[in-house]
Amino acid sequence: MSAIFEVRNLKRSFGGLAVTDDVSLSMAPGDRVALIGPNGAGKTTFVNLVTGNLKADAGDVRIGGESVTHIDAIGRVRRGLVRSFQVTRLFHEMTPAEHVALAVLQRDGRAGRLFGHFLAMPDVMAEVGDLLGKLGLRELMHRRVSEIAYGQQRLLEIAVALALKPRVLLLDEPAAGVPQSDTGRIEEALADLPADLAVLMIEHDMDLVFRFAKRVIVLAAGAIIFDGTPSEVTRDQRVREAYLGSYANASHAA
Amino acid sequence: MTMATMNDTVATTTAPVKRRSFGRDLAGLAVILALAAIGYLLFPNNLALLTRITAIALLVLSLDLVTGYCGVATLGQAALFGSGAYAAGIAAVHFGITDPLLMLVSGVLGGAFAGLVCGVVILRAHGLPQLVLSIALIHLFHEFANKASSWTGGSDGLAGIAPDPLLGLFAFDLWGRTAYGFGIGLLAVVFALLRLIVRSPFGMLCRGIKEDPIRIRAMGASPRVAIVKMYVLSGAVAGVGGALNAISTQVVGLDSLSFTLSAESLVMLVLGGTGSLFGALAGTIVFMFFEDIVSAANPFHWLTMVGALLIAVVLFAPRGLYGTAAAFVARRREAGR
Ligand SMILES: Nc1ncnc2c1ncn2[C@@H]1O[C@H](COP(=O)(O)OP(=O)(O)OP(=O)(O)O)[C@@H](O)[C@H]1O
Ligand SMILES: [Mg+2]
Repeated sequence: MSAIFEVRNLKRSFGGLAVTDDVSLSMAPGDRVALIGPNGAGKTTFVNLVTGNLKADAGDVRIGGESVTHIDAIGRVRRGLVRSFQVTRLFHEMTPAEHVALAVLQRDGRAGRLFGHFLAMPDVMAEVGDLLGKLGLRELMHRRVSEIAYGQQRLLEIAVALALKPRVLLLDEPAAGVPQSDTGRIEEALADLPADLAVLMIEHDMDLVFRFAKRVIVLAAGAIIFDGTPSEVTRDQRVREAYLGSYANASHAA
Repeated sequence: MTMATMNDTVATTTAPVKRRSFGRDLAGLAVILALAAIGYLLFPNNLALLTRITAIALLVLSLDLVTGYCGVATLGQAALFGSGAYAAGIAAVHFGITDPLLMLVSGVLGGAFAGLVCGVVILRAHGLPQLVLSIALIHLFHEFANKASSWTGGSDGLAGIAPDPLLGLFAFDLWGRTAYGFGIGLLAVVFALLRLIVRSPFGMLCRGIKEDPIRIRAMGASPRVAIVKMYVLSGAVAGVGGALNAISTQVVGLDSLSFTLSAESLVMLVLGGTGSLFGALAGTIVFMFFEDIVSAANPFHWLTMVGALLIAVVLFAPRGLYGTAAAFVARRREAGR
C-alpha cells in the first residue's frame, strides 16, 4: 500500500548537537509502529518536528503524498496528522464532553459558530457519548478535568485526538504516569483504534510495545538504529548497546 | 447499547446543564432590568450618570470578551469605544445621519473596524510587549482623532450631534429619560447576545485558547483567527457603548479615546471579576458609583480611595467581587450536597 506518512532526511540540532539526525521513515494506513529509545533519544523532538511544532533544519514530511514541509502545525492537523502529548495538555476548567465536542466541531469546521450549544446538537453529542463511552469516560463527561484522575486524563487526551478523525496518529507515551491498574483501559483503547489509521506510538513499557506493535523503530542519539519486527529487536546487538546502562536495562534486571 | 438508549442517557445527563444556564440568562436579564428600575427610582435627577454607567458597562463587557475570555492583555480598549462614539457622531454631524438606530449602526461598524485593526496589531506580540502595543495603539488613535480636527473637532470635541426621536416617537429629552431607556434596552440585548456567544462553540474555543493555545493548535484551530474574530465582536459591543455615549451626551470628546478610560475599564473588570459577564457589570457599577460618591465627598483623595479599594480586592478577593462571591456560593452548594 502507498505511504500515508513519510519522513525523509529530517534534521534538527540544538546548539550544535544533532537531536534529530537524518531520520527517514514511512508508514502505510493501518500500520502499528512503536518508536522506542532511551531517555533523551529525541523521540518527542521527532514528533514536534513532523507536526510542525518545531522547525526542522532540513528534511521533508509528507502526508498522503503531499509535502507539508512548508505548512504550519495547524495545516498539518487539518491534513490528518494528529498527536497526543507526553505531558497531558487539557483544559482544566472544561469537561471531557466539552473537550471532545470542541474537537468534533473543529474537525467539521463548526468551531467558529456563534450560536447554539453543543449539548443541543444531537450529532455532536452522539459522537461525544460514543467516543467517551469507548474510553470508559462516559460517567465523567460533565465533570471538570481538574477533578478527574490522571489516568483518565490520559484517556481523554486519546479521545480528543481520535475525535479529530486523524489519518496518522502520533501518541507520545500514552501510558506515562498512568497507574498500573489503569493501563488496561489504555491498551483496550489502542486495540480498538480504527483499522485504517496509521499509528506511531512512543512508549517505554516494553510489554505494551510488544502487544501493540507490528513494527518497532529504535531511536538513539537522534538516529534510527533499528527498524524491524518486535521479535528481532531484542536480538539486535546495536539496540542492546544503546540501552546499555540506561533505565531499560535496569528494569529488565529488576 | 442501542442508539435509542444512548441518546436517552445523553439527554438526561445534559438537560439540567442546559436548564441551569438558561435560568441564569433570564436571572441576569431580570437583574439588569431590576437594577435599572431601582436606579431610575433612586436617582431620577441623575439619569445622565446612569446612562454613562450603562455605556461604560458596554465598554467593560467588550473588554471582558478579549481579556476575560481570550486572555489578551490590553490597556487600549477605549480605542474601540471611542471609534464607535466618533463613528456615530461623525455620521450625525457630517453626513446628516441623525436617526439614532442608524447612528448606532455606524457606531457598531466603527467599533468593529477599530477592533479588527487593534486585534491584528496586538496579536503580533504576547505578554508584556502586547500590553505595550495596546498602549501605543490607544495613543495613536487619540492623536489621530486630535489631528483630524476638521472631522472630529479635535480637542474641542465633536459637538452639534442632534439625534432624531427614537423610532420617530421618543425624543431625546432634557432629563435623559429616552437616552436611559435606550441604553438599558441596548445593554439588555447585548448581554443576552453575549450570553449566547460565550456558550457557543466559538465561546468554548476561546476559553480553550485562553487556557492552552498550543493545545488548540494541535486540534487544528488557529488561535489568532479566533481572537481577531473576538476582537471584531468586542469592537462591535464597545461601539454600541460609544454610540450610546454620543447619542445621550450629544458630544464626543477625546477622553472617549483615552488611555485613562482604557485603564479604568480594566480596573472595573478586575474589580468585578474577569471571564464573567456578571463580573464585568458588577465591576462597572461598583466603580462608577464609588467614583461618583467618593469624588463628591472628597474630591482630593478619591483616587487614593479607589486605589485602596482595588488593592483590597486584588489581595482578598483575587477573582473580583462577583467571581469571589460566585465561587463562595458554589463551594457552599458543593458542601451542601
Ligand atoms: N528546545 C530545546 N532546546 C534545547 N535542547 C532540547 C530542546 N528540546 C529537546 N532538547 C534536547 O533534545 C534531546 C532529546 O529530547 P526529547 O525530549 O526529544 O527526548 P525523548 O526521546 O522524548 O526523551 P524522553 O524519553 O525522556 O521523553 C534532549 O537531550 C533534550 O535535552
Ligand atoms: Mg519524550
